[in-house]
Amino acid sequence: MQTEGSAGRLGRWWFAGGEPRLSALDLSLIAGFLALLLAGAWFAEAFFTERNMSNLMRQVVANGLISLGMLLVILTGGIDLSVGSVVALGGVLFAGITDQLGIGPALAVAIAAGGAAGLVNGVVIARFKLQSFIITLATMGIVRGVVYLYTEVPLSPSHSGFRDLGATLIGLVPLSMIIMLGCYALVWFYLNRTPAGRATVAIGGNEETVRLAGVSVQRTVVAAYMLSGALSALSGAILVSRLGIAQPSLGIAYELDAIAACVIGGAALGGGAGSVGGTLFGVFTLGVINNLLNLVGVKSFYQDIVKGAVIILAVLLVATKRGNK
Amino acid sequence: MRQAVAWTRFDERGVSGVTPFLQMSGISKRFGGTQALRAVDLTAESGEVHAIVGENGAGKSTLSRILTGAVQSDAGQIRLGGEPQAITSPLRGQQLGIRMVAQHANLVPNLSVTENVLLGAMPAGRFGLWIDWQSAHDRVGQILERIGFEGIDVRQPVAQLSAAQRQVVEIAKAVAVKPKILIMDEPSAVLAQEDLTKLFALIRRLREENVLIFYISHRLDELYVIADRVTVLKDGALVGTVDPRHIRRDELIRLMVGRPLQDIFPHRDSKPGRELLSLHGLGRAGSFKNVSLSVAEGEIVGLYGLVGSGRTEVARCVFGADRPETGEIRVMGRPLRPRSPRDALRAGVAMLTEDRIGDGLVLPLSVRDNVSLASFPAMSRGGMLDRRRQSALVGAKVRELDVRPPDIEQLVGKLSGGNQQKVVLAKWLLTDARVLLLDEPTRGVDIAAKKEIYATIADLAARGMGILLISSELPEILGMCDRTLVMREGRLVGAFTRAEATEEKILSSAAGAAEASHAD
Repeated sequence: MQTEGSAGRLGRWWFAGGEPRLSALDLSLIAGFLALLLAGAWFAEAFFTERNMSNLMRQVVANGLISLGMLLVILTGGIDLSVGSVVALGGVLFAGITDQLGIGPALAVAIAAGGAAGLVNGVVIARFKLQSFIITLATMGIVRGVVYLYTEVPLSPSHSGFRDLGATLIGLVPLSMIIMLGCYALVWFYLNRTPAGRATVAIGGNEETVRLAGVSVQRTVVAAYMLSGALSALSGAILVSRLGIAQPSLGIAYELDAIAACVIGGAALGGGAGSVGGTLFGVFTLGVINNLLNLVGVKSFYQDIVKGAVIILAVLLVATKRGNK
Repeated sequence: MRQAVAWTRFDERGVSGVTPFLQMSGISKRFGGTQALRAVDLTAESGEVHAIVGENGAGKSTLSRILTGAVQSDAGQIRLGGEPQAITSPLRGQQLGIRMVAQHANLVPNLSVTENVLLGAMPAGRFGLWIDWQSAHDRVGQILERIGFEGIDVRQPVAQLSAAQRQVVEIAKAVAVKPKILIMDEPSAVLAQEDLTKLFALIRRLREENVLIFYISHRLDELYVIADRVTVLKDGALVGTVDPRHIRRDELIRLMVGRPLQDIFPHRDSKPGRELLSLHGLGRAGSFKNVSLSVAEGEIVGLYGLVGSGRTEVARCVFGADRPETGEIRVMGRPLRPRSPRDALRAGVAMLTEDRIGDGLVLPLSVRDNVSLASFPAMSRGGMLDRRRQSALVGAKVRELDVRPPDIEQLVGKLSGGNQQKVVLAKWLLTDARVLLLDEPTRGVDIAAKKEIYATIADLAARGMGILLISSELPEILGMCDRTLVMREGRLVGAFTRAEATEEKILSSAAGAAEASHAD
């Protein structure tokens, strides 16, 4: 249309397809995030230090990767509650075989194991048309059990490079953050520039339409769960590398933060809405809140309360703005 | 306006000097950037059937929603019996006796017919502690009987009903307590002739009981049967109120569309070529039996029947959405046993389903995505979308079908019904199908868009496509089809060439010769 300005065109190009254009809603969420950063500078002197910024980036990577996988599943209209257990699976496997196989192969095995867990989720859910909530709740328990079968004690490999993945800094930026952003770029590309990705977005909007269009709904949904599993396992490997130790109890309740990040970023449970950019934004919002409350020295249960309140606020904001349109 | 002068003389009641029952004056409403209504003045009387017509987006639905209290007007006043009323909520509207039968049935699918009809007003048993199911079911049974639509099991969940039956439940809900004003938004869209006859009988009875009925419809023929007065809306403004006895159909269309429409149906010279699709004794338990038909290159074959006659089910089996149990499908001579729509598409068969919102479109996505959905292989390389090729392919179809606005990044949810339907059509045309199954391709679409869709269908046939056109609208069948097949209770019961086909023949064949009846 003639009336459209060049800024509109740019936004349209950038967010083409399922990605929303920058709206009043996005702007108000961004404003909220900036206010959070200002609050950080005001209340905690240590917030804007180089050390803390590096720390913050390292801390958000774990949830960042899980949330990215969760987004894919939420876009199809499902939910993946098993991510926390898969984080533990990826973590203990990576720690358990690094000494024998070396970093690279161990990482590949861990990611493959996560992908396999996702494959099971996806096939059961898509093939038999079962509810993702129930199935992933069940696999959450199964995978956790498998993790404990593998090791009941924390693993801490002696391989000299074990901590590289989680601890290396390139300048101020952690290596893990670069990996995470790379994954975000890949998933963005997948969702916006591949047939399978467009089908993923479309399935959440109207599954029957996609089926009647001759697209394999099953294959697309299975891919989403596999990616979720693989990303969660990668997250687990990076996490144990950062911590230097792999606990079999790792990742409990991580699905909550991942779902929260997606929702703060505008994803709709049930599918049909959600974006990679928004999720990244949600991940950083949650990360900053955690980091700030730690710096200020607030007890952890207060942190949970604050986090919960922020989630409700963000969802409320999204709902009211959408309703006004 | 020039014409307006000419019709006011038919507006007898308005000049009678008595205060009209309903007076809406200066009603305006804006949604975001669109002015949905511009200072509409409308009066109506108890005991009249007042039709409201206009193209999609003319403001019919907005006007009714303002009257029911579902939305509030920005300006203007509503008087009932001379008293100004602020209808601030749907509850207030109901208290004033204003009910609406919505276009898309507004029902709770997993609850029974009884609960849906009596929602919020279930009769209580002793002490008011529990529901008196027996009397609830009885009461709803009586309501259905009273409105002339008995034969629906009131204990059945609404989800198991057909679209037509759901519409009946919606009507029952609206008239469970006698309303003062009843608004019906496209009530006939899902009803075939037989149910339509009952609906009209009900409307006449309500009119005798002094109910004011607003009747919104795209089917102009109905207005001549049922309406006392017709109000025409265009672009949110009231064009005028006319007496249907004094205005010809083409004049009415001109008022709605704002320009004269030639014949809505395109002229066609059909020269059917070789056979593209043939069914031999196709059957599926509970749906249809022993259906044999063929569609040739360049041919448009109509499939007519009442709701539940099995016509949609036949098409779904050919498209692989369901599986037939007996018989054979052949496409270009080769047997086709589609296990999924994907198989059918590969063989060159595409199907436009009757419910474009339910299974034709992905509303939150763009035109680009929706049109591409069935053609990803043609526009991707190595698992990646070739965006340039995609834009070119989608853009070409969008221009060819004149989707407005011609912007492929537009979300389909924001398009009008007619343009949405063109998007669905574009999706299937992009698949290079040779056989196109069209199930109610112009449902809920305004006249201008209808005309364009007809032209497109004719053009496709002229280019050698074979088209099976399923429709409940007889003019559409008569105007478009080279041959017409009629189904009744799951069987093919009639076949007419273009020369043989008449409204009466098709109707009596569809309804069963013995009970052949007309809508009036």
